[in-house]
Amino acid sequence: MLFVTVPSPQAKEKLQATIDNYLREKIVLAAEAISKSAFEKINDNDVILVYGCSSLVNRTLCDAHTQTDRTFRVIVVDSRPRLEGRETLRRLVRHGIHCTYVMINAISYVLPEVSKVLLGAHALLANGSVMSRVGTSQIALVSKAYNVPVLVCCETYKFCERVQTDSFVSNELDDPDDLIVQRKGQAQLGGWAENNSLRLLNLVYDVTPPDLVDLVITDLGMIPCTSVPVVLRVKNVDQQ
Amino acid sequence: MPGAAERGSELSEQIEAFVSRLRGGGQRPRSEDTARQTLSLLRKIIAHGRWGWAGELMDLIRTEGRRMTAAQPSETTVGNMVRRVLKVIREEYGRLHGRSEESDQQDSLHKLLTSGGLSEDFSTPYPSLRANVIEAINELLIELEGTTDNIAMQALEHIHSNEVIMTIGYSRTVEAFLKEAARKRKFQVIVAECAPFCQGHEMAVRLSKENIETTVMSDAAIFAVMSRVNKVIIGTKTILANGALIAVSGTHTLALAAKHHSTPLIVCAPMFKLSPQFPNEEDSFHKFVSPQEVLPFTE
Repeated sequence: MLFVTVPSPQAKEKLQATIDNYLREKIVLAAEAISKSAFEKINDNDVILVYGCSSLVNRTLCDAHTQTDRTFRVIVVDSRPRLEGRETLRRLVRHGIHCTYVMINAISYVLPEVSKVLLGAHALLANGSVMSRVGTSQIALVSKAYNVPVLVCCETYKFCERVQTDSFVSNELDDPDDLIVQRKGQAQLGGWAENNSLRLLNLVYDVTPPDLVDLVITDLGMIPCTSVPVVLRVKNVDQQ
Repeated sequence: MPGAAERGSELSEQIEAFVSRLRGGGQRPRSEDTARQTLSLLRKIIAHGRWGWAGELMDLIRTEGRRMTAAQPSETTVGNMVRRVLKVIREEYGRLHGRSEESDQQDSLHKLLTSGGLSEDFSTPYPSLRANVIEAINELLIELEGTTDNIAMQALEHIHSNEVIMTIGYSRTVEAFLKEAARKRKFQVIVAECAPFCQGHEMAVRLSKENIETTVMSDAAIFAVMSRVNKVIIGTKTILANGALIAVSGTHTLALAAKHHSTPLIVCAPMFKLSPQFPNEEDSFHKFVSPQEVLPFTE
């Protein structure tokens, strides 16, 4: 706590030190801690499904590959229009991990052979929902139907006090022109702006209900989705 | 007779052309076109083929049918049409043989339980069988023409004003269904684009031309928008014996999302897509396309 009586330059120094500390602990070290506890969950001959590009998940998989001698292979799921999975694919293949690449509509075909699903998150809401890249909720839904465990990796600084019930409210809209694709030299949706009845929707995030997620791996340990409000309360007490 | 031999070789040429077209792949043909071509080809075989009695004809049809289905096993309409033609032949034979249809149905279950086998050997030749069978097949062809319109006629019962309807990919039956409803009702449609071929884009453009408010979105957003959808209407490739569907990739996700939100799922399909096969293993029905579409070889 900084009191008003502390002189200015000292106050600045103290503040900077606190920020650096927070950065080191909650962001950098947290990533390491999560990676360490997450790769304990990876067993020999596992088939792991990942979606899009999450730095935590990539780090976990690369660490698991280099620091343990377990053999596992990864299925990278990707979706239009961002195609972030290609970046994940590039990084993992460079590390020497055996990868398969599919589009999101093929998940019901690959899921029977998957042993676990590792997902990243953008935020964890106060009711336990996971806010992540659009498509994550679909993967969690279909995984549940096939009884595959879904693990979400998330640092505690991403926990948020907001509550959201579905994916439509307070979402971000990306450039709709990204959906246009050139096939056989012709873009079907090319003139969509002139057409009054045609609209393109490019959502960025979606919300996964807490009953579809089995475990959240954080720097405070492995917790179920419903413990998020507890962590938030503890964090608030800490900061006071 | 030189005429018959000529016709015979022309016929086998046509069968060969049909089989190679099926095997060739390339542009995915309309199921209705495939069904119609199969029926016309079978009609030609019955008209010009050399056979004396019904049993011989059925064997001929079975062999040709097996050849056609082996060319492209995922195109189940071919097999379905062959089975229908065989049924037509059995019925016509039965009618000529002097049995009425009701007693046939009553007796057959009883016969199955008591005699334990097919007691018909279809060996009596009837000169009028050829003409009767060809007439029945013509009736089938006429029925085939009207399927899409018959389905579209029921559209008004299912689609109501201010509803949000979701669909995936491009189905001509669903397009006709929605267009028919749009003539009297105002509603919105959300189309999932179905990467990597993005057939959904073409569907959306066609629907918007009829002034239906259409929105296109990526397949990844199916679960995200499902909370706002009132009904899901899809087309399918085949309907299997246990009610399962073989449909475009991504339909399973759509169905699971609809179930999660308790949204009704309606499937529009004509009768030639009903197949008596069962889904034995998950892998037996899949059709794979070159991965070039998903991740170009240059990457």
